[in-house]
Amino acid sequence: MKKSTTNAAFYVPYGLWLALFVVAPVLLIIYQSFFDISGHFTLGNYATYFQSGTYILMTINSVVYAFIITAVTLLISYPTAYLLHYAKHKQLWLLLIILPTWINLLLKAYAFIGIFSQDGGVNGFLGMFGIAPKQFLFTDFSFILVASYIEIPFMILPIFNGIEELDQGYVNASRDLGAKGWQTFTRVILPLTMNGVKAGVQAVFIPSLSLFMLTRLIGGNRVITLGTAIEEHFLVTMNWGMGSTIGVVLIIAMFLIMFLTGERKRKGGRA
Amino acid sequence: MKKLMSMIVAILAVVAGLALWSANLKKTQGATGENTLNFANWGDYIDPALIKKFEKQTGYHVNQETFDSNEAMYTKIQQGGTSYDLTVPSEYMVEKMIKAKMLIPLDKSKLTGLKNFGSLYMNRSFDPGNKYSLPYFWGTLGIIYNDQYVKRSEVEHWEDLWNKKWRGDIMLIDSARDILGFSLVSMGKSMNTTNPTTLQLAKTKLDALSPNVKAVVADEIKMYMAEGEAPLAVDWSGEAADMMWDNSHLHYVVPTEGSNLWFDNFVIPKTAKHLKAVYAFLNFMNDPKNAAQNADYVGYSTPNDAALRRLPKKVQNDKQFYPDQDVIRRSEVYKDLAPKTVGLYNDLFLEFKMFRK
Amino acid sequence: MKKWKWSNLYLIFVFILLYVPIFYLVGYSFSAGDSMSNFHGFTWQHYLDLFADTRMIQIVVDTLLLALLSSLIATIIGTMGALAIHRTSRPVIKNTVLSMNNILMVSPDVIIGASFLIFFTALKIPLGFLSVLMSHIAFSIPIVVLMVLPKLKEMRQSMLDAARDLGSTTTQVLTHIIMPFITPGILSGFFMAFTYSLDDFAVTFFVTGNGFQTLAVEIYARARQGISLEINALSGVMFIFALLLVIGYYFIQQGAQTRKAKHKGGETL
Repeated sequence: MKKSTTNAAFYVPYGLWLALFVVAPVLLIIYQSFFDISGHFTLGNYATYFQSGTYILMTINSVVYAFIITAVTLLISYPTAYLLHYAKHKQLWLLLIILPTWINLLLKAYAFIGIFSQDGGVNGFLGMFGIAPKQFLFTDFSFILVASYIEIPFMILPIFNGIEELDQGYVNASRDLGAKGWQTFTRVILPLTMNGVKAGVQAVFIPSLSLFMLTRLIGGNRVITLGTAIEEHFLVTMNWGMGSTIGVVLIIAMFLIMFLTGERKRKGGRA
Repeated sequence: MKKLMSMIVAILAVVAGLALWSANLKKTQGATGENTLNFANWGDYIDPALIKKFEKQTGYHVNQETFDSNEAMYTKIQQGGTSYDLTVPSEYMVEKMIKAKMLIPLDKSKLTGLKNFGSLYMNRSFDPGNKYSLPYFWGTLGIIYNDQYVKRSEVEHWEDLWNKKWRGDIMLIDSARDILGFSLVSMGKSMNTTNPTTLQLAKTKLDALSPNVKAVVADEIKMYMAEGEAPLAVDWSGEAADMMWDNSHLHYVVPTEGSNLWFDNFVIPKTAKHLKAVYAFLNFMNDPKNAAQNADYVGYSTPNDAALRRLPKKVQNDKQFYPDQDVIRRSEVYKDLAPKTVGLYNDLFLEFKMFRK
Repeated sequence: MKKWKWSNLYLIFVFILLYVPIFYLVGYSFSAGDSMSNFHGFTWQHYLDLFADTRMIQIVVDTLLLALLSSLIATIIGTMGALAIHRTSRPVIKNTVLSMNNILMVSPDVIIGASFLIFFTALKIPLGFLSVLMSHIAFSIPIVVLMVLPKLKEMRQSMLDAARDLGSTTTQVLTHIIMPFITPGILSGFFMAFTYSLDDFAVTFFVTGNGFQTLAVEIYARARQGISLEINALSGVMFIFALLLVIGYYFIQQGAQTRKAKHKGGETL
């Protein structure tokens, strides 16, 4: 009995937050998605979304780019997190990985523009080997690279936490039983750190669906994601109805991804 | 737990320290409730030295808040909760705000220096008789070219942009009305077209431009052009002035068919509470000496003719930023279009951006 | 031991990747030119400009104040939320709450900003420091929950049961066992909340007013005229300050821990 009252007490501020800043805005967005630009009730926004090829194409584009960005980020982050786990002063290194996120995104994007531009750092470096300047900006390559760069810390952190949770005993046991390094990794380490990976994927994939600044700054608007469209509907067209509709689609997508990567029912009792 | 508690205390102590520092800084900047002017302005769009001078002369304190799009500023004022005394929307937004009854009419009896303004810049369609607005800066839409790669004769007309020679060479400003607008002008149509079929044609024509387009960007375009990332760009004159300041190879042309004529204007939103300060500030800014200093700092074209005469001869005669009267006459000012049409412009523009070959 | 070197190389590579743009920014803060292209020779000018710019300093102070205060409050509420979620036994409720928790993390900033704006104006909350503070607390809470929850899961029920068997009250269990155990999670939650607050532009833009401005909003607004190297200088100062803070904090921590470890009889890292 006592337990449930303290539990309720914990839920009060958090629940208040949920109600005021999550449920209320979401209801507001859903409500708005049923109004057209002149303020009349309509289902037209959803019809537009599903019928005009533009939004479907945009959705596919966003998913493809978000998928690639997540994959690249994961490929770089997993080994980093893994090696960090065994490094000396690992907490310090971890802090140092988060630190770059304290520098404003726009500034980092401008720095990348400088690095990738025609007479920027990369081309200067290539020039030393006699390679003619190449076009890096506004290519898929640079967009994916910069987007992954931004997301890396948000992927490393949960994976690192996952690996920290891993009981070194299992790894040692597996080695003692004669498993090769690779086998230990795929059979023991990877499955046991899967929760961290899932958390990382959630933290990177979903925001990547709605990237907007980088698509313009680095992608030169040759890459259009759902985020770009929302941005435009809220800030340029002032068609909040359509913007909200895309927002609703994104929220549904998030629930789907949470469901797919979410925790399955644990076998047996509490962990 | 003890550790957490001591950390909370430490953070609160730092917060208190910062709060004191912040309050102190505010005091040194002279802000108190009554004598302030809440000014919502575009970022870096006024000479800070002039603000200092104004504060010294009049004792008012200018509280500057910055915004980066007309629409975002509009949304904030419309929702309420702000207390702006003065802001600087572009012409179509002035029209929209007048329609939405969000502005207070100017009391001309309290304004001085109105005769300093050139007649070309007053009494425009978006605010007949300047009942609500005073022009702050003005400009055009045009083509910027880098003389290392492009000859002036190659970009006299909008049509020249479609030349196969410029494959992947052009940067466009990320603005639906401007980009569809020049496509419309190149077809001999109005930049204020509302006919969906005509707009569709203009968009199809833009698709043909797509292979020539390197990127569609916003403010960054200045940095890109100054660094020679692309030889051609379509952008506003004010932006062009900034780029040319950084790179002497760049030049600006308003194509002969005409272009868009834009104005940023002082207006007083309904939320204004310090009208005395507003009029003191407007009169201060209308003063030719101050307006000239500001134009020199910002680098945009001033509508204040008396101020223009104080600027160097080189600036006054610069046809790029102070074009001949007939060019101005041939250019169109944007009208505030119905939401549906604005939506259509933006949808078509979005489709154009997504179009690949 | 030969694996050691190889792995270090990879870590060094990742760190270089992460820090290249930062060094690039800071490097150009010493350039005599006025944009981030072609280094024009060394100068301190941008730093002098920065320290003379009271408006900028005011904004930086306000930004830090806001970030610290909002992440502190968000951490407290978020930790309580995580404890509550952890104790909820019905999976349906748990999953629903968790999904709702994540909504703010995945919604585009513009939507969050616009809906908060409508919300504040509907409740007649004046726009300014308070509304920005509330918004920052709001969007930082979910990340704190996500950082604290895994630590709670890691905790063994048997440990808590043992404590109860020994006669500890619920409060004692909480303050003496649970809190110390999840402290690392709480700290990383605070850290991330702080990061989110510093980085946010869109939400702040919508809900600010009455002259309250944060650094991110100011930088975006200034970008219209091209980013001046004064901003680079500012990044340089903030970065070095943060770096010293982090390293300093770490070694103080480290010292405390080794002392403890000696008492306990040594735990190897």
